Amino acid sequence: MKLKKGIPVIDQGDKLGFWGGKFGGNFVPETLKKPIEDLEIQFNKLKNDKNFIRERDKYFKNWIGTPTRFIKLNNLTKHVGGAQIWSKVVSDANGGAHKIYNATVHCLLAKRSGKKVIIGDTGAGYAGKMLSMAAKKFGLKCKIFMGAKDIKRQQPNVKAMKKNGADVIPVYSGSQTLVDAVSECMRFWVANCDTTAMCVGSTVGPAIFVRICGWSTSQISRELKVQLINEFGEVPKKLKLYNCVGGGSSSFGFWNEFMDYDKKQVEFIGVEAGGPSKSKRHAAPLTYGSKIGILHGAAQYVNQNSDGQIEETESISAGLDYPGISPLHCFLKDTKRARYTAASDEEALKAYQIVTKYENLRPSLEPSHAFSVAIKEAKKLSKDTVVIINSCGDAYKDRGILEKKLGKKYVKSN
Amino acid sequence: MLNPISLAFKKAKEEKRPALLTYTVAGDSSKKQSLEILKAISNYADILEVGVPHNTPVADGGQIQTSAYRAIKNGFKMNDIFKIVSDFKKSKNSKPVIFMGYYNMIFQYGENNFLKKCKKSGVNGLIVVDLPWPENKIFSKKCKKNSINFIQLLSPTTSNKRLKSITKDSHDMIYYISMLSTTGGKLKVSPKKILANYNKIKKISPKKNCVIGFGITEKTISNFKNTDGLVVGSQICKEINRSLNNRQNPVINVSKMVSKLRKKIS
Repeated sequence: MKLKKGIPVIDQGDKLGFWGGKFGGNFVPETLKKPIEDLEIQFNKLKNDKNFIRERDKYFKNWIGTPTRFIKLNNLTKHVGGAQIWSKVVSDANGGAHKIYNATVHCLLAKRSGKKVIIGDTGAGYAGKMLSMAAKKFGLKCKIFMGAKDIKRQQPNVKAMKKNGADVIPVYSGSQTLVDAVSECMRFWVANCDTTAMCVGSTVGPAIFVRICGWSTSQISRELKVQLINEFGEVPKKLKLYNCVGGGSSSFGFWNEFMDYDKKQVEFIGVEAGGPSKSKRHAAPLTYGSKIGILHGAAQYVNQNSDGQIEETESISAGLDYPGISPLHCFLKDTKRARYTAASDEEALKAYQIVTKYENLRPSLEPSHAFSVAIKEAKKLSKDTVVIINSCGDAYKDRGILEKKLGKKYVKSN
Repeated sequence: MLNPISLAFKKAKEEKRPALLTYTVAGDSSKKQSLEILKAISNYADILEVGVPHNTPVADGGQIQTSAYRAIKNGFKMNDIFKIVSDFKKSKNSKPVIFMGYYNMIFQYGENNFLKKCKKSGVNGLIVVDLPWPENKIFSKKCKKNSINFIQLLSPTTSNKRLKSITKDSHDMIYYISMLSTTGGKLKVSPKKILANYNKIKKISPKKNCVIGFGITEKTISNFKNTDGLVVGSQICKEINRSLNNRQNPVINVSKMVSKLRKKIS
């Protein structure tokens, strides 16, 4: 299995949509073959269409707000005492997270194809919130599928979705989290694909959704590359990019532009959700060696039992609480381009405390997982190493959990 | 010699009626009870679809999901499904059996291993919901080699070009999904329109037995008398659920329901 240079990773799949011959594909009911093919034709044409890219960039710039900040975390660097620690503050984006890029692109595509309704899944609520924002902006009706457990724990985002006029549909099946929300959303699409567009909230699902999402979030690394050259005059000789990985949309977008660099120069570190340290459950299929299976239309490493039943996950962070992982990350793991590890719930909470103590930044629980590993590793690295963490979400949505776990002062003081 | 599935269609045709296909989930509500249900309904049904329970089914509505989750909760394991079928096949009134499920269950079992077990236990056909054409080309060939019917699905969204290629690659039986819906959806398309699509398929592929599924219930089934076969699934799963909730015997209730369905098309 080999990563090709000079070809975008999203376009390295084979004719049937498999990366490395075995990850991804289109394991979908016959009914969805046609709408998926239509979307493929549309996207393949538009991704090279200058007018479409101009339109996308216009909304990215004026509505989402690009570029998001690239800042040095001076106090944290001093405290840790090793590599320079920087952050790409993607939570600056309109709505507070990277999910806005994919949502915007899907709404632009839906609008062009004449669809009036757009549906989407959500875990942490960001994908849903952003889709509801974009749908409102572009005049589309919006339905968001969300696990009942997630609705309870991510109330601020639920309120935002409703305020934007979206229908939030609670999903009560299975573990009542993201995995069930995605299933229910796909079922709705099966029954309504003639009138409705679907947005999959991460780089998961049938191959076309993986590609569209990866193409959209790659905005993050496009910006970062320019910012690095402005700051250092070049892409630093020792660069390490840390990102949390749930479905894998923010990490893929954070890395994509640097794919062709040697990994000795630009290393990618993906941090999965290890779950509570005392629990056997986790949401880290790459770290803990889960087997390949099929989930939501794609072959990927996925937590499952020997029969092939998908296993329940556990993580404090709703956005990472998913048993599978993007086929793109399976591909990056097996080609050894990226390295994957996990942080536990407790480690993520501790990292949140450290970051908010030293910096005027409050990463949500998802990027707190990445901060945890970055802080640990930065200690042992030289001063000329540049460590960057993608702070891809804001902790506002987590205030309920943070208050419960850490006490009121952590919510108030920030 | 005709294979048992084609033979069942032939027999129904001789009686001037469509074949009746039922769908129940293996292990719902228990291994023993699902076997009893199969034995009871095979008095009236011509072909029995047996669902392989999966916990992330992307094409099933509430009723079949409930049945599948209940089977898994009550301890269903993949090996049980083969035992259920081989026990059923030993009963005196046994009928052809088609497994219907999601590809991950087969993938984890190993394609070859799975087919070997199917053959040994007497499974006659397979429907794999999320392994569409052309992705299923290699696997469907393997099925044929093992004398197992791989049943291709067609839907209202299938283009004419695809329709021709799929029917060409199909074995003796084809499954037409009547409308855009998950299983258990209310029939939202007129029978006339469904039959027009059905006839289009029959025109392209007159020799293959084509069944219609999705939205077929006691209420709607008599609209489709002039077809090769009809599948009733969700309504049966719902009846199992209703019986359990009312502390009644699902075997008796389901058997009554299937007998009624049969009368409506006879």
